[in-house]
Amino acid sequence: MSIAVREFAERGADLELVGIQKRFPGFTAIEELDLVIPAGSFFALLGPSGCGKTTTLRLVAGLEEPTRGRILIGGKDVTDTKSHERPVNTVFQSYALFPHMTIIENVAFGLKRRRMADPLGKAHEALKLVELDHVAQRKPQQLSGGQQQRVALARAIVNRPALLLLDEPLGALDLKLRRQMQLELKTIQEEVGLTFLHVTHDQEEAMTMADTVAVMNKGAIEQMGAPEELYELPRTSFVANFLGQSNLFTGEVVGTTGTAITVAAAGGRIVVPTSRAQRHQGEVTVGVRPEKVALHVDEPAASSDRNVLGPGRIVDVSFSGVSTQYLVEVAGAGTVVVFAQNMGFGPVADVGTDVWLSWAVDHGFGLEDEPSEVGRFPSDDSTRSIAVQRREALVSELEEH
Amino acid sequence: MAFAAFATAEAQPQAPKKKSRIALFLLLPGIAYLVLFFLAPLISLVLTSLQAPREFGDIGQFDYAFNWQNYVTVIQQYLPHIARSFGYALAATVLALLFSYPLAYFIGVKARRWPLLQSLMLVLVIAPFFISFLLRTLAWKQILSDESIIISSLKALSLMAPDAHFTGTPFAVIFGLTYNFIPFMTLPLYTTLERLDTRYLEAGSDLYANPFTVFRKITVPLSMPGIVAGTLLTFIPAAGDYVNASRDFLGGPDTQMMGNVIEANFLVLLNYPAAAALSIILMAAILVLVGIYVKRSGTEDLL
Repeated sequence: MSIAVREFAERGADLELVGIQKRFPGFTAIEELDLVIPAGSFFALLGPSGCGKTTTLRLVAGLEEPTRGRILIGGKDVTDTKSHERPVNTVFQSYALFPHMTIIENVAFGLKRRRMADPLGKAHEALKLVELDHVAQRKPQQLSGGQQQRVALARAIVNRPALLLLDEPLGALDLKLRRQMQLELKTIQEEVGLTFLHVTHDQEEAMTMADTVAVMNKGAIEQMGAPEELYELPRTSFVANFLGQSNLFTGEVVGTTGTAITVAAAGGRIVVPTSRAQRHQGEVTVGVRPEKVALHVDEPAASSDRNVLGPGRIVDVSFSGVSTQYLVEVAGAGTVVVFAQNMGFGPVADVGTDVWLSWAVDHGFGLEDEPSEVGRFPSDDSTRSIAVQRREALVSELEEH
Repeated sequence: MAFAAFATAEAQPQAPKKKSRIALFLLLPGIAYLVLFFLAPLISLVLTSLQAPREFGDIGQFDYAFNWQNYVTVIQQYLPHIARSFGYALAATVLALLFSYPLAYFIGVKARRWPLLQSLMLVLVIAPFFISFLLRTLAWKQILSDESIIISSLKALSLMAPDAHFTGTPFAVIFGLTYNFIPFMTLPLYTTLERLDTRYLEAGSDLYANPFTVFRKITVPLSMPGIVAGTLLTFIPAAGDYVNASRDFLGGPDTQMMGNVIEANFLVLLNYPAAAALSIILMAAILVLVGIYVKRSGTEDLL
């Protein structure tokens, strides 16, 4: 009757979501979702808050029922299976450690339910893995937020589930611990070959840890692929802006050769390889990543393999150690962001300097959105405004204490 | 932790010094009240329980003495009543818990999405308080009397023997106690269940616990403060209750509880030392039982 086996999963299981829709009274959290996560992969669902990623996770865990569609784990249909019978464990965002139990009892809870041999021994091992065995006899409320999060992680991985669901599991950790836990998670995942489904709004975390990242927006997946692929060749303006930053230009296609399209935009012509553009005629949006753009103090010679923009004026320079961010106001193109590596000492140009911008034609990309749709995403979807929101939340939290 | 401990250790001796006189002054009315209306009667009760009958005196005339045999006498004489008191109180507490827990769970957890329904149901739980419990118990006596529709129909259907009664039986007394104390059980249960974080239940389910195990291992322990408060609020007054078991209400000659014999000794037999001794025994027994119960239920962390 149950697939919650009395032994550890040998390996991870595939997860397949077929035509999932989830409606709540008053709104639709997930429009239509089809997703296959191969066994043993580390899959990240990335998106802003309210995009339906946590709902997806809860559907897989069995804590919500889909309005429509099927969920398959390891080829078995578990849509109608209760959550305690699914070979799945979750690391909850709120940790949800049982306050009336000690840490070790918390970690051993799942093992005891499945009548595993030596639950306490295994629980101690899992606690050692997260370096918290010394607090085994304490209660959760005696631990710091970061420690609780590690216990929550131990409580889930100790069960060696075929599928591990992570709901923003590293949010409360400081940077160093976060890196350490990321590495730890990755090691566990590779060692045991579990399938990880990681839900996060932190693009950096998604990119460093996951093999495959799916960017989710408004209840649907916008684009899915390897992190490099998503970053280097975003297909929609949402992905282009949510995953890192992009400079986007909209214009009419004025010329097509066999290998490239030419777009009249930003007061000049921008050439994009046909293979990297989703649309080849009419009004299109093209873009380039800020770190691919080079600054020139003198006008560079025209070249067939580089796009040149300018002249523009630097309106802001911010130095961040590894790189310097320049904001360049270009007539007809708005503000263009440029990241320059600090190869020398300090910024190479000051505010007010007239500069030219250039980038290799091969680095450009063309989006599939209708140009009118480009502006449809409110600015609060960007990672930067999320960062601002989080900062404000932290400040208000500090004030409360 | 160490830092916090240090801070309080330093701060504490300073704070009371400044305010000690004012604090004492403010406490005075309360202390005076307790001394006058709690401590003095208690001492008087203990002294009365040790009194001896006056030689050649009338009924009801006693002198101060150290007649501890009073305790032995009343225990020997009233052991069945003592046992009945705690037996009935225990039964009523268990029944009230069985009825109240699902009710409180529904109001506090399931009805969270509909605040109006929640308030309405709470009002319904409290509504009986608007009528004196004496009246309500008398009403039950009417409803459950031999001539009532319920009992006569039960007899007509042969579900009850023709010569059987309901009032005057232990069942009627336990029924009355349960009925009267259900709100005292439901309200504390509701307050803890209302705060129950359902995410713990989800986590339990995620960790392979079936619904029954989730209830046993997570819901019940987390609602322990409410269970302890509710059972105490039911058990203590129920053990000393003398209304439900009284012959004038739902009881009969064979259902007398300690409250009834204390009443009889004070008001009818005029045996004040026996009544006082019984009161002390009741109080001590409740204190001991409750002490053990609270200690064993281990709710210190949750309270």
